[in-house]
Amino acid sequence: MIQELYFDVTVIGAGPAGLAAALASDHEGAKTLLIEREARLGGILKQCIHDGFGLVRFGEKLSGPEYAERFIEQLPDSHVEVWTLSFVSEIKREKNESLLTVITREGMKRIRTRSLILATGCRERTSRQIGVHGRHCAGVLTAGTAQYYTNILGKLPTKRCVILGSGDIGLIMARRLTLEGAKVVGVYEAKPTPSGLMRNVSQCLWDFDIPLQVSKTVTRVIGDARLTAVEIASVDACMCPIKGTEEIIPCDALILSVGLIPENELAESIGVPIDFKTKGAVVDERNETLLRGVFACGNALHVNDLVDYVSESGEVAGKAAASPTNRSRGLVPVECDQSLLYVVPQRLCRNSEEMERVFFFRSARDMDNATLTVAKGEQVLFTKKFAHLRPPEMERIPITLSKKELDGNLPLRFHLEE
Amino acid sequence: MTEQKNQTSAREIVCIVCPNGCRIQCKETDGQIVCNGQKCMRGKEYAIAELTHPMRSLTTSVRTVFPDSPVVSVRTSGEIEKSKLIDVTKALGQIIVDQRIKIGDIIAENICDTGINVICTSDRLVHPY
Repeated sequence: MIQELYFDVTVIGAGPAGLAAALASDHEGAKTLLIEREARLGGILKQCIHDGFGLVRFGEKLSGPEYAERFIEQLPDSHVEVWTLSFVSEIKREKNESLLTVITREGMKRIRTRSLILATGCRERTSRQIGVHGRHCAGVLTAGTAQYYTNILGKLPTKRCVILGSGDIGLIMARRLTLEGAKVVGVYEAKPTPSGLMRNVSQCLWDFDIPLQVSKTVTRVIGDARLTAVEIASVDACMCPIKGTEEIIPCDALILSVGLIPENELAESIGVPIDFKTKGAVVDERNETLLRGVFACGNALHVNDLVDYVSESGEVAGKAAASPTNRSRGLVPVECDQSLLYVVPQRLCRNSEEMERVFFFRSARDMDNATLTVAKGEQVLFTKKFAHLRPPEMERIPITLSKKELDGNLPLRFHLEE
Repeated sequence: MTEQKNQTSAREIVCIVCPNGCRIQCKETDGQIVCNGQKCMRGKEYAIAELTHPMRSLTTSVRTVFPDSPVVSVRTSGEIEKSKLIDVTKALGQIIVDQRIKIGDIIAENICDTGINVICTSDRLVHPY
């Protein structure tokens, strides 16, 4: 019989969200376990050696490992129990508690936990998910994999490459590979505007004269054992390749930066409802999912562009998970129309004592001088003007809402207008 | 046609100081730079530096002798001239770390006469995890 261990709060994933969640939970006095499948803590920050992390939180420009260390160094002074090289293979629900099966170095363990925090991060979309056709040769890899080769293994995965997609990791890797001596022929983006932050377009591409080609995509990969070239074509407004615009570009690698998807295998296995817009769990403002005692935070909840907000989201979940309440939440739905890509949280607790609630949203398209309106039925509860909104740039906005304003069954509606 | 009395040049700069990424319109007239569109003073300082002597911080990695971490991440302790980014990266390519250094340890002083040190940014060589 395998012994069952009990923890008030169990956090899965020790990236920036999980680290912040575990420390916040411990700070509230809860008996906390942090489970990480890799040998080292820090998640993706380990390989993000570029700087710009922590500007919001610490007012400093830190590299990824330095930012992670600010949290990791607090662990020895806390009571958080940390298990590395440990993998959660199964979760079962029993009343409002979760039962975990964990494979560790000492063998299999069972955990009973009152609160479960899913801080499982996100995954990169791969060539299969964007329908890149051609031979399955070596040399087609995601930007995150290229980053792991370069920054952790110290091996340059390409001498001459094409980057498809202009997400932030792709832009960062364009600069990184150039500095390491590789030739980046260009960054190709099917959409008419870049997907990454403008500051990354500026400091990663413009600084090194790397061309950014928008409304173009890869239509074919060419090569037997190893990639030798890609075919590029212009696309129309529907993102369909235009016949006759094809060109062949010799290269030894195609690096993909085509989006990130929250990792929710464990969440889905226990039936946590997922928002099809964020592809993460539906949560209230305390990051509790629709299953009582199950919380989600960080990139597993929705893909962030700033780690500072990931840590904040972990702290919110950790604090709430440490002091659970069986009281009815009185959930009020939060919705957005097509002018927004999404809004998080998707629910509010009507019965909360806290009046200020923090929302995160992305606009559906580039907008100048846009006004955000939050309304309940005909009643406008909040408005704010934004000089520029871009889908790649997430907005964080605290809104004070009284109990009275949340009364009734009508949902809160977010709307943007130029 | 517009008549230009002064020597004027205009340029839009995307500020990289913080995540806001302000788009700053810069107009230079007879050596005087006027900036518009930034949300803070740091934006103005960045834009003026960008037009006169662009500076960048550099993050990269250097080789080690340790099989468990063949490379370790480093950065410049401050900003260096943008034009020296490649030279400094090349100079760092000559360095091999043979000590288990920690975050903040200096691995190269006054790199390429920039007056700036290069420091280690990771504890992977010393950390148990």
